Amino acid sequence: MSTVYNLKREVEKPVRLTGGHRLCAGCGAGVIVSGVLRALDKEDRAVVVNATSCLEVSTFMYPYTAYMDSYIHSAFENSAATCSGVEAAYKALKRRGKVEGTVKFITFAGDGGTYDIGFQSLSGAMERGHDMVYVCYDNEAYMNTGIQRSSSTPLFARTTTTPVGSVGQGKKQNKKDLTEILVAHNIPYAAQTAPIGNFKDLHSKSYKAIYTEGPCFLNILSPCPRGWDYPMEKLAEISKLAVDTCVWPLYEVEEGVWRLSYTPKKKLPVEDFLRPQGRFRHMFQKGNEWMIEEAQKYVDQKWESLLERCGA
Amino acid sequence: MSHRLSGNEAVAYALKQINPDVMGAFPITPSTEIPEQFANYVANGEVNTEYVTVESEHSSMSVCIAAQAAGARSVSATSSCGLALMYELLYVAASCRLPITLACVNRALSGPININHDYSDSMGARDSGWIQIYAENNQEAYDNFIMAMPIGEHLSVRLPVMSCMDGFITSHAVENIELLETDAVRSFIGEYKPENYLLKKENPLAVGPYDISPYYMEHKVQEAEAMKAAKARILEVAAEFAKISGRSYGLFEEYRMEDAEFALVLMGSSAGTAKAAVDKLREDGVKAGLVKIRVFRPFPGEELVRALAGTRAVAVMDKSEGFSGSGGPLFAETRSALYDLKERPHMINIVFGLGGRDLKVEDVEKVFGRLANIAVTGEIGPLYTHMGQRSKEEIV
Repeated sequence: MSTVYNLKREVEKPVRLTGGHRLCAGCGAGVIVSGVLRALDKEDRAVVVNATSCLEVSTFMYPYTAYMDSYIHSAFENSAATCSGVEAAYKALKRRGKVEGTVKFITFAGDGGTYDIGFQSLSGAMERGHDMVYVCYDNEAYMNTGIQRSSSTPLFARTTTTPVGSVGQGKKQNKKDLTEILVAHNIPYAAQTAPIGNFKDLHSKSYKAIYTEGPCFLNILSPCPRGWDYPMEKLAEISKLAVDTCVWPLYEVEEGVWRLSYTPKKKLPVEDFLRPQGRFRHMFQKGNEWMIEEAQKYVDQKWESLLERCGA
Repeated sequence: MSHRLSGNEAVAYALKQINPDVMGAFPITPSTEIPEQFANYVANGEVNTEYVTVESEHSSMSVCIAAQAAGARSVSATSSCGLALMYELLYVAASCRLPITLACVNRALSGPININHDYSDSMGARDSGWIQIYAENNQEAYDNFIMAMPIGEHLSVRLPVMSCMDGFITSHAVENIELLETDAVRSFIGEYKPENYLLKKENPLAVGPYDISPYYMEHKVQEAEAMKAAKARILEVAAEFAKISGRSYGLFEEYRMEDAEFALVLMGSSAGTAKAAVDKLREDGVKAGLVKIRVFRPFPGEELVRALAGTRAVAVMDKSEGFSGSGGPLFAETRSALYDLKERPHMINIVFGLGGRDLKVEDVEKVFGRLANIAVTGEIGPLYTHMGQRSKEEIV
């Protein structure tokens, strides 16, 4: 592959996730999966693994699969172990001369299947060192079951299990920092990205993750028009705002070296990200200014500590 | 080859002879020795299996499912809570028609936590779509494990197989055992050649769909048909196995049943104790007999009818409490199977040995005594009782 990213050349590759799947218009997951799989070299095969999720039920409803590569879904909480199993089979069969060519192993799971119920399975697979990529498409709640909070849901976000009422003001806790936890596994490559711009960041990180030997992790912000309550055409805009407000910084950690992938020219206030989304609407009511301040404080603090780690 | 091995060692040795592609390994008493012993074979280069030391039984079954779907022969071993943690995946394995082999070393299921033998673990998984075969002793544990793959992998079946033995009683006791030559084992089992698998170059495969109502039921019917077809395959494999080993197996074993008036139905190592009791009673002129269930899934209902047709009274002895309120699982199945008999024997259910409580020859004799009494009076008394418990007055 040429090291210079060229969107036109990339999109001319044969698609690996076909159209006609059943994901919602304006959903981040479909473009993320396409974007990650596009980073595979044309001649390489892949086995795609899914956790039970919106993605799974929308892309492999019997008898139709949207994947051109082999694919397996087993359950909600075991996608990393499932990927380990396919990779173990590959190693065993390769050793015994029963399988030819290069095959790559890529798991996609939502934040529920990653931060929460699939966390143990993920941690185990990363520690064992399977040659695989685990991609979390992080839409910050259990969307497949109808928008319930997960440990990835940000502070104050309204979900169906953190509703806003006379007492409740959305989620009471901050989002778990999963990427940092994965970095602490001392895996060769971990990164955060988002579906923005010409997909250069998402593409190059996917390529690194796929072609770095060993367990690699990508955390990709995946806006959800239903759960976040924004107009479906605003997917790219919302993603960009998350990055420019530093709510979702783009960075990578390669062999323990932290590197910031993007520094906004002008760091936007967090309310620019919050305002277009219905899940944060109550934060803009009179008397709730403290909530925006608290959210800003948290983002600033995380951003500062990231800058420090990246030596920026 | 004659050897002295524990049940766990025998299964580990069978695994070495088989040299499976992938093993998911996680420790739990009393099955731990199987992955432990196998790890030595891996460390010494005696096998070239991909040995995956996972962080839970949930992941070991997940690894097996994925590896088998990818085209690899996959195995694991577990007990009790480990099997319970796999529960969801047992159904996934069976519905994806993946012939994984699992050594289940039976142990009481929590709670309270208890490490000794009963069948509460695998009985809970009896409706998961797995073939279940139970061993009486070390020899059967070894033999059953070797027969598991040719059964499960056959095109007419394609279901996972749980090869069960009694925790500690069989898994840890050392007995004399006849082992087959490795070449004989390998040619008996053959290569694993699935029609379709994830790593097949020519044809990508998608496994584990979201299956909606217009298709789900047909898939379940296919699974049910496979379980029915397994019965013939189990017998076919047993016949082939007899040729290389000289040891014959059926769906169950009939012990002194030819003219038996009183019979027990039970499974596993308790059969050894029960056989001793039957022999003793036969010497006293009592027409006692025993049916030892070897294959619980598929359940050999029709065959049992023939075996029990001539008896006057039958006690089904369950080494697990099903909490149905009306008897254990073996009783429910056996009693239902006998419904179509024109002249049915009297039947009672004895739940015994929970959490490893011992069963003695005298206990079995008492059960036969009760059966004789039932035959005379025609009164069965309580349908379902617990033997050997101290919390209330004991019947039997």
